[in-house]
Amino acid sequence: MSFLPQLIFLIILLAAGYFLIKRVKFLRRNIFLGKAETRNDQPEKRWKTMLLVAFGQQKMFKRFIPAFLHFFVYVGFLVINLEVLEFVIDGIVGTHRIFAPFLGSAYTVAMNIFEFLAVAVLVSCVIFLIRRNVTRIPRFTKPEMKGWPAMDANIILVIEIVLMIAILKMNAADQVLASRGVGHYIPVGGLFFSGLLTPMFESFSSEFLIFVERAAWWFHIVGILAFAIYVTYSKHLHIFLAFPNTWYSNLKPKGEMENMPAVTNEVNMMLGIPSDAPTDPPAEIGRFGAKDINDLSWINVMNAYSCTECGRCTSECPANITGKKLSPRKIMMDVRDRAEEVGKSLDSGGKGLEDGKSLLGDYITKEELNACTSCNACVEACPVNIDPLAIILEMRRYVAMEESGTPAQWNAMFQNMETSFAPWKFSPQDRFNWAEKVKEEEM
Amino acid sequence: MAEMAGKGESPEVLFWVGCAGSFDDRYKAVTQAFVKILNKVGVSFAVLGPEEACTGDPARRAGNEFLFQMQAVANIQVMNGYNIKKVVTACPHCFNTIKNEYPALGGNYEVIHHSQFLQQLINEGKVALKGGGEFKGKKITFHDSCYLGRANNVYEAPRDVIKALDVELVEMKRCKTKGLCCGAGGAQMFKEPESGKKDINVERTEEALATGASTIAVGCPFCLTMMTDGVKNKEREADVKVYDLAEMIAKDMGI
Repeated sequence: MSFLPQLIFLIILLAAGYFLIKRVKFLRRNIFLGKAETRNDQPEKRWKTMLLVAFGQQKMFKRFIPAFLHFFVYVGFLVINLEVLEFVIDGIVGTHRIFAPFLGSAYTVAMNIFEFLAVAVLVSCVIFLIRRNVTRIPRFTKPEMKGWPAMDANIILVIEIVLMIAILKMNAADQVLASRGVGHYIPVGGLFFSGLLTPMFESFSSEFLIFVERAAWWFHIVGILAFAIYVTYSKHLHIFLAFPNTWYSNLKPKGEMENMPAVTNEVNMMLGIPSDAPTDPPAEIGRFGAKDINDLSWINVMNAYSCTECGRCTSECPANITGKKLSPRKIMMDVRDRAEEVGKSLDSGGKGLEDGKSLLGDYITKEELNACTSCNACVEACPVNIDPLAIILEMRRYVAMEESGTPAQWNAMFQNMETSFAPWKFSPQDRFNWAEKVKEEEM
Repeated sequence: MAEMAGKGESPEVLFWVGCAGSFDDRYKAVTQAFVKILNKVGVSFAVLGPEEACTGDPARRAGNEFLFQMQAVANIQVMNGYNIKKVVTACPHCFNTIKNEYPALGGNYEVIHHSQFLQQLINEGKVALKGGGEFKGKKITFHDSCYLGRANNVYEAPRDVIKALDVELVEMKRCKTKGLCCGAGGAQMFKEPESGKKDINVERTEEALATGASTIAVGCPFCLTMMTDGVKNKEREADVKVYDLAEMIAKDMGI
């Protein structure tokens, strides 16, 4: 027996591993272009959130039909990967269905479950393709989805369909060969779904079936490895990042905006309030708010890489619903695109963040930022707890405090607040005037 | 408050009136209704009057952190000076800011929204509702304000208050966690909307009108303005009214 297939398999496996590690390092570096932030309080609550939201798909089920279909794909992904383990061992050791003799009839049950899931994944992906391309669900056809994002989604669905077909075809050919007692093929006994395909294969010669079975096996395992690498270039990273992303969820009330201690120090100094902060000016004067990805927290950037562009945020955004330019999904896509751009530039010895571009202006416009009502609908809608609002508000801080670029009506509101302590121009002395009517009536 | 402090008294609760409650003609009526309820029930409360300043919420959401903190620190100094422990307010924006954002600046108080306060008064039997008032049996829908609902997870208190009026509470298609904003949050109240195909308050009002309710109940000054404008835009002001919860309770109590 030749060791060539095993050698080829090992080389492919190592090469895929090498590329994956390289990609993971690239993504990790990009995420940490964001500012340091420690968010690991209440670990118990964090594990629970991750279990419920990521593992348990809790927020997906706010919309039942896609949640149901997605659930099959998700469980299929988790469970069919167990079979991939067998593929890898078989590929390295040169065995065939190494687990079958150990598991006996349990193996048949497992294979049937895998096949059922493969069919469920296949059907779900076909329906997803129809939803995106035929019935054209509005959230999949927004302007930010034009071009690559729409293509990316379709590629992923097609790859998943093809991989599932390969599994079923492989099992069908495999079992026809086993029934003929050819070589090392083991009768697994009673595979329901691939059993439906066997009549198609029975008229072929065993040599041809061995070719089909081997081709499907190689296609499936190489396909999965290629898909794993593709994922790192696509919007599909949520399959891994959903877990850390939900673990690092914002556990504070959604209405709370993060305080800026640097500003507190200055305000205290201005008002003559003693503060416990050091009196020396900080060595490095940071920027107020966010102009580019390095002004955001690494959690914001991880949020961006976790986004799978489902658009539930955008479809619930009051600004977007009423035709404004703002789309919370686009905010996330922009953050990721900018992080990718900076990362690639750094890797090719380019200028990185100093390339004359920035997230604000080149990717996200003030018009988009100014349309936000801070209503938290996007945050509530996200199935993996992404927070687009935090990014919008950080960028507004930059526009207001570094550029003085807020709309004129907001500037007028600021002025009123400075001079009369209310957003409208009323005399502070009149604040209690409403009481006169109550006093009159109650007299 | 200054008067009470002068006499060495301290109130059970500070009523934070807010800028809209102090200056907006429509919302002054809400302030007055709430104060009449408090007086009727005999709650010991105080207001800061001219010593109150904007919480700074719209400045912060518009990005002006300096201005926000100037307002916040000044307010906290006043409240801490009077040794305030508990605050009630009829504005979800003030509620959110004082409750969630003042602690980081040294202001720690128990903060409740007036819907929660009214709910407590009703549950304790302190507010006796006739239930036969002008709302009896009518269809009423409640518009969730973002800063009460999603921002702070208060969904049931305002609904309990409405239900106590012996009315038919009808929900809009988008309600509670999925509630649609009125369009005024995030400092939008203080500028024209960005260009689009529709105003948010019109979109929301259409949804409220679709329930067939004769009253749209709100618990927020900005929502009150936006929904009232929306009803006007749809030319339905003759048959559909927009009221704050406190106004509805005061009306039912006949005060």
